[in-house]
Amino acid sequence: MAIVAHYSRSGKIGRTALAWIVGLLFFFPIFWLLLTSFKTDADAVKPEFLFFFTPTLENYANMTENYDYWRFATNSVITSVFATVFTLAVAIPSAYAMAFNPSRHTKDVLMWMLSTKMLPAAAVLYPMTFLTKNALGIFDTHFLVILVLSLINLPIAIWMLFTYFKEIPKEIIEAAQMDGVTTWGEVKEILIPLAWGGIASTALLIFIFCWNEAYWTVRLTTTDAATLSKLIEGNRAPEGLFFGRLSAVSAAAVGPIIVLGWFCQKQLVQGLTFGAVK
Amino acid sequence: MGKIELKNVTKTFGETQVIPPLSLAIEDGEFAVFVGPSGCGKSTLLRMIAGLEDCTTGNILIDDADVTEVSPSKRGLAMVFQTYALYPHMTVRKNIAFPMRMAGMSEAEQNTKMEAAAKALNLTDYLDRKPGQLSGGQRQRVAIGRAIVRDPTAFLFDEPLSNLDAALRVGMRLEISEMHNRLKTTMIYVTHDQVEAMTMADKIVVLRAGNIEQVGSPLDLYREPKNTFVAGFIGSPKMNFMEGEEAEKHNAATIGVRPEHIDVSGTDGLWEGTVGVAEQLGSDTFFHIHATGLADMLTVRAPGEIDLRHGDKIFLTPRADRIHRFSAEGLRLA
Repeated sequence: MAIVAHYSRSGKIGRTALAWIVGLLFFFPIFWLLLTSFKTDADAVKPEFLFFFTPTLENYANMTENYDYWRFATNSVITSVFATVFTLAVAIPSAYAMAFNPSRHTKDVLMWMLSTKMLPAAAVLYPMTFLTKNALGIFDTHFLVILVLSLINLPIAIWMLFTYFKEIPKEIIEAAQMDGVTTWGEVKEILIPLAWGGIASTALLIFIFCWNEAYWTVRLTTTDAATLSKLIEGNRAPEGLFFGRLSAVSAAAVGPIIVLGWFCQKQLVQGLTFGAVK
Repeated sequence: MGKIELKNVTKTFGETQVIPPLSLAIEDGEFAVFVGPSGCGKSTLLRMIAGLEDCTTGNILIDDADVTEVSPSKRGLAMVFQTYALYPHMTVRKNIAFPMRMAGMSEAEQNTKMEAAAKALNLTDYLDRKPGQLSGGQRQRVAIGRAIVRDPTAFLFDEPLSNLDAALRVGMRLEISEMHNRLKTTMIYVTHDQVEAMTMADKIVVLRAGNIEQVGSPLDLYREPKNTFVAGFIGSPKMNFMEGEEAEKHNAATIGVRPEHIDVSGTDGLWEGTVGVAEQLGSDTFFHIHATGLADMLTVRAPGEIDLRHGDKIFLTPRADRIHRFSAEGLRLA
């Protein structure tokens, strides 16, 4: 008790200050990005920290006029949504099977899945490009982007869901089996309602990963299926000019995901608040 | 109908055989109790009947139909778990109605049966609560309610009272026995508590290391235990065993006498001893006695209040017709 009292005054102020400093430090690049997006290109390249300037919407106007922002944004939404749905559609049954009917090799399978994330993406760049462009002819299609996004996120989704499902007592699933439930019924009536918080946070995380993915979306698309990552990439002038324009594009690309995260944080933190089984 | 037969079933986990070939028949309407020390395979056996564990070999028959390969949901059995295993996201009402909803029963019928079950189990006031808001005893009643409404072929109970406190356990024991008398449905009940086995069972199956040691009515097992294991496991306090000279007098390697079959006297008897601990229960008195010439301490149960204390001299006489004789292998001698 004495220690708590000791911490409660000076310690609390110190910790609050530290939290603010760390928070501001992390937020600063985003703040700077937003600020720069309202600068003219001439202002944007100035080396000093320019906080006061005449703001302009020129960069944003330019973005919608010249680059068709909405097409890129639509592609991002389509590919991220479908990739998330597809990932979950595969990951939920997989994680369910491994959590409730594990075999001797379940641990190995999980490790193997994770190990696929250790392969450097660049290592398969050539086979991927060759395969999709020449052999399969699916280069620059929504289908390809959705497939790639799903596959690269599947291991993480399965791992996350597996951990959440493990929390559900096995007896509850067994009780449902005794109560005459089909396998689909177990998933629908028991698993999804009980692991809802976990599934929602997995879905959100996978969506964010899909939205932010740049390596493959930039390399496997040209125009038709190009996402916002491609739009940012396209505005990256090698001379380092057009910082204002680049910032506007970037702000417009990360904006939706920040807003989404902001609104969902409560649901995510909420998690599972059920009474214990025993 | 609810006749359950196990034919040469075995269960192997990896290299370990937990159930060696085992055959058993449980008749329709019978209350069978699987009892044994922890790790004896009784829960595994119940889960095999339920279908929650596969049989490594052998067959399980319900009403003469082979269900070995049938999934748990299609066996028509209901199970009550030690941890209750209620659905935490559903109210009591929905928990009880769940199996009926899964069976596609009409809503009106679901309600009628659910309310009848809730009334029988004193749950009517709690129908809109979630399991998290109930006490242990109430939760177990919900679990029983969920089992009843299905009209199962047989009920399976996996140590259902282990998580309850002693007083509640006695009450629930009675409720389950009454339920059996009322429904006359086959019940298989797993417990490590021999008192539960003795008080509830029509038929007790004593298990040790996956083997059936003896099957019989509570009193059969009490009167004629087949071996020293059953003799020691059934009955409370435990049977006294004696080897050596005392046993030889009866032409046996080991003899056993139950604490309640030894007469106590302050003046004369076959064995002489001193009182170690005297447990006064009022209705009975349990004496733990150091007897001269006998290796182990004897436990004796004397009816009523007997005012003998630590260090007092006591004389004991076992009832001749209640002495159990066992061979060197621990098997009962006729």
